[in-house]
Amino acid sequence: MSANGASLLQTVSGAVLAGLSRAVTGVRPIWAGSAPYGRQRIYFANHASHGDFILVSTCLPFAERRRTAAVAGADYWNAGPIRRFISGRMLRTVLVERNWVERTADPMQVMLAALDAGQSLIFFPEGTRNMTEEPLLRFRSGLYNLAALRPDVELVPCWIENMSRVLPKGALLPVPLLCRVVFGAPLVLQAGEERKAFLERARAALLALAPRKDGTR
Amino acid sequence: MSDDTRLFLGLVSVLVIASLVAGVLSWRSEKPLPATLENLNARIKAWWIMVAGISVAFLFGTGGVILLFAFVSFAALREYVTLTNTRHADRWTLLGMFLIIVPVQYYLIWIDWYGLYSIFIPVYCFLAMPALTAMRGDTSRFLERVSEQQWGIMLSVYCISHVPALVTLPIPGNEGRGLLLIAFLIATVQGSDVLQYIFGKLFGRHKVAPSISPSKTWEGLVGGIASASLLGAGLYWLTPFSPFEAGGLAALACIMGFFGGLVASAIKRDRGVKDWGHMIEGHGGMLDRADSLVFAAPVFFHIVRYAWT
Repeated sequence: MSANGASLLQTVSGAVLAGLSRAVTGVRPIWAGSAPYGRQRIYFANHASHGDFILVSTCLPFAERRRTAAVAGADYWNAGPIRRFISGRMLRTVLVERNWVERTADPMQVMLAALDAGQSLIFFPEGTRNMTEEPLLRFRSGLYNLAALRPDVELVPCWIENMSRVLPKGALLPVPLLCRVVFGAPLVLQAGEERKAFLERARAALLALAPRKDGTR
Repeated sequence: MSDDTRLFLGLVSVLVIASLVAGVLSWRSEKPLPATLENLNARIKAWWIMVAGISVAFLFGTGGVILLFAFVSFAALREYVTLTNTRHADRWTLLGMFLIIVPVQYYLIWIDWYGLYSIFIPVYCFLAMPALTAMRGDTSRFLERVSEQQWGIMLSVYCISHVPALVTLPIPGNEGRGLLLIAFLIATVQGSDVLQYIFGKLFGRHKVAPSISPSKTWEGLVGGIASASLLGAGLYWLTPFSPFEAGGLAALACIMGFFGGLVASAIKRDRGVKDWGHMIEGHGGMLDRADSLVFAAPVFFHIVRYAWT
């Protein structure tokens, strides 16, 4: 297996998971500002369910899905042999250690290595699943650091709708509900833009893709 | 030529004519095509796919048709529940609706147990669902959540399941022709939707319920239902009815279908959405296509059952 391409098992399980998530959620991508094909990308999305990155990768065209990996927490996905098999063999993941007291590898280095190998990333800038009533938590610095160090990579905001109702934290079986993923226009880090200002702008760009309270989309 | 072949060829000819008309209109229209024409083309394309799907199901006989409508119920219920207020405590009830109620209801139709499939949902499920929800302890908007779940299972599963249930009716002299009765109901009710749309576009002036749907007019309603009833009378050879009876039953089914569409529009208006979903290009979701059948099927079923068996 090359560092860049997906293994056969990953391609097959990716296709099976895409089929399953379509059967359960009927997911449909809405390309509102970016095209399905493009440069190497970081898809940054709201996060409330383990199904989130499967949903985003289901929406990608086959070739793009093959080069896209999800950034996930090593503390969760390395705990136990089953999770390790799923995250290491079946899915395309880039595992980062969130607990920076005990960590052995710098998350930034791990993500940059994946980008330099040509992969696109699915990234959750909130850093964890959002269990609050707030639509979106404050962004952590990771997105800014990646944007500053790899300015050629497109930053595409994706709003994931309803997945937290389909498969909330702690649930085993998904409830079939319609989901959509809205892909917005790519963001570019402006010259001299402050970390805080950029993260606020990225967060606003993602929130702007969410359906409004009155149900209109 | 057998009756099913005649029906199939008839449907294909209607679609061929519709495609030709739309093709000529698109060819003569200025480019890019106006939205109405784009929508018409998408609708005709979707009709081809739907007719193909229904035909394949009919090839597999009763089992195929039951499976097809179980899938219709699943898709409709999914669209419906997406628009409702669900809370975490509803998870088991919702899972039960999809994983237990849908398969059990259609299994009961498969084994032709009328005594149970006609009361399984309104008696057993309507009592079990709120009980299960109550056991989870969350009382916030309880009545609202329970009513939404029950109305959803009624519309998407109970009512729709009466379409394939028609096959089980023991009508004397109609043995082995139950599928054609289903085809008759679908053709007249869906035909009425199309004809109401056409009459409304051509002659529509006076709106029936302007606050609910701007596209439903009295001219469309009367013209559509009258012509769909004539269509029904002309399709009497699919049924055990005389042409006169077939026309009357078609009129009744189409009026019920109109109410179904009206109620579906009111629900969508309440939730601030234009379509139920995005399943069928040009038509929106499954319920956008099936809303008229939802109201027509149980009434048609019970009248035929009362008067002909």
